Amino acid sequence: MELVPMRDGFLLAAALFALGLTGVLVRRNVIFILMSIEVMLNAAGLAFVVAGARWRQPDGQVVFLFILAMAAAEVSVGLALVLELYHQYKSLDTDAISRMKG
Amino acid sequence: MTIVFYGAGAVAILSTALMITRLHAVHALLYLIVSLLAVSLVFYALGAPFIAALEVIIYAGAIMVLFVFVVMLLNLGEEAARAERALLKPSMWTGPLILAAILMAEFVYLLAASSGRSLGGAMIGPREVGASLFGPYLIGVELASMLLLGGLVGAYHLGWRPTSSRELR
Repeated sequence: MELVPMRDGFLLAAALFALGLTGVLVRRNVIFILMSIEVMLNAAGLAFVVAGARWRQPDGQVVFLFILAMAAAEVSVGLALVLELYHQYKSLDTDAISRMKG
Repeated sequence: MTIVFYGAGAVAILSTALMITRLHAVHALLYLIVSLLAVSLVFYALGAPFIAALEVIIYAGAIMVLFVFVVMLLNLGEEAARAERALLKPSMWTGPLILAAILMAEFVYLLAASSGRSLGGAMIGPREVGASLFGPYLIGVELASMLLLGGLVGAYHLGWRPTSSRELR
């Protein structure tokens, strides 16, 4: 009695992941890149929850909790790096840091 | 009842597409918050109410507050005041408001029409998730706590700058 088919849940997750990937590839503002990474992580967690709902197991939700913790840690470090980038270059453009020293 | 799933999914895709095409970061943040709320409603429709609550509390609450804080921190000054006035124009927040109203209507419909049953059949509540989290996945919980500690120490280290080096610059 699966009312929402699993295919549609995975299609939604794939569409959200593709949109996040498009945002990472297209935008050059580092804040937008971080937000698109959040969308991609969220889509991956959605795929896990859909699979967990399909087989009636809590494992998918447990993996989503781990993704949530990883996203929180990633955002805290990433935003600290954004502040450091702005203090050094007065810009949020990732092309400003495209060259490495050495 | 599946209309809640498809409606919330359509709102999520639409608001995410609008998010990556905005020019101003605050407008993109508004659409991103609407997208996260829509995914939360999808979770509720799939029979995961605990994850739906955590999505609202942690993603749309805590993580987005960090983003808003940094975005507001980065544009201080006089042009920020002009930007604030531009942000308060109704044309800036009507789009997220309409999408959020769609989600609210779906949520009220879901609460009014369903008698505690989920769309995916069985609902997996916090009890099963907690029993699984602190049973076979206990090592994962420990690793996640160490990851969060590493993130805390890393963010503190990146944000800390001594006063002497600031004077040197």
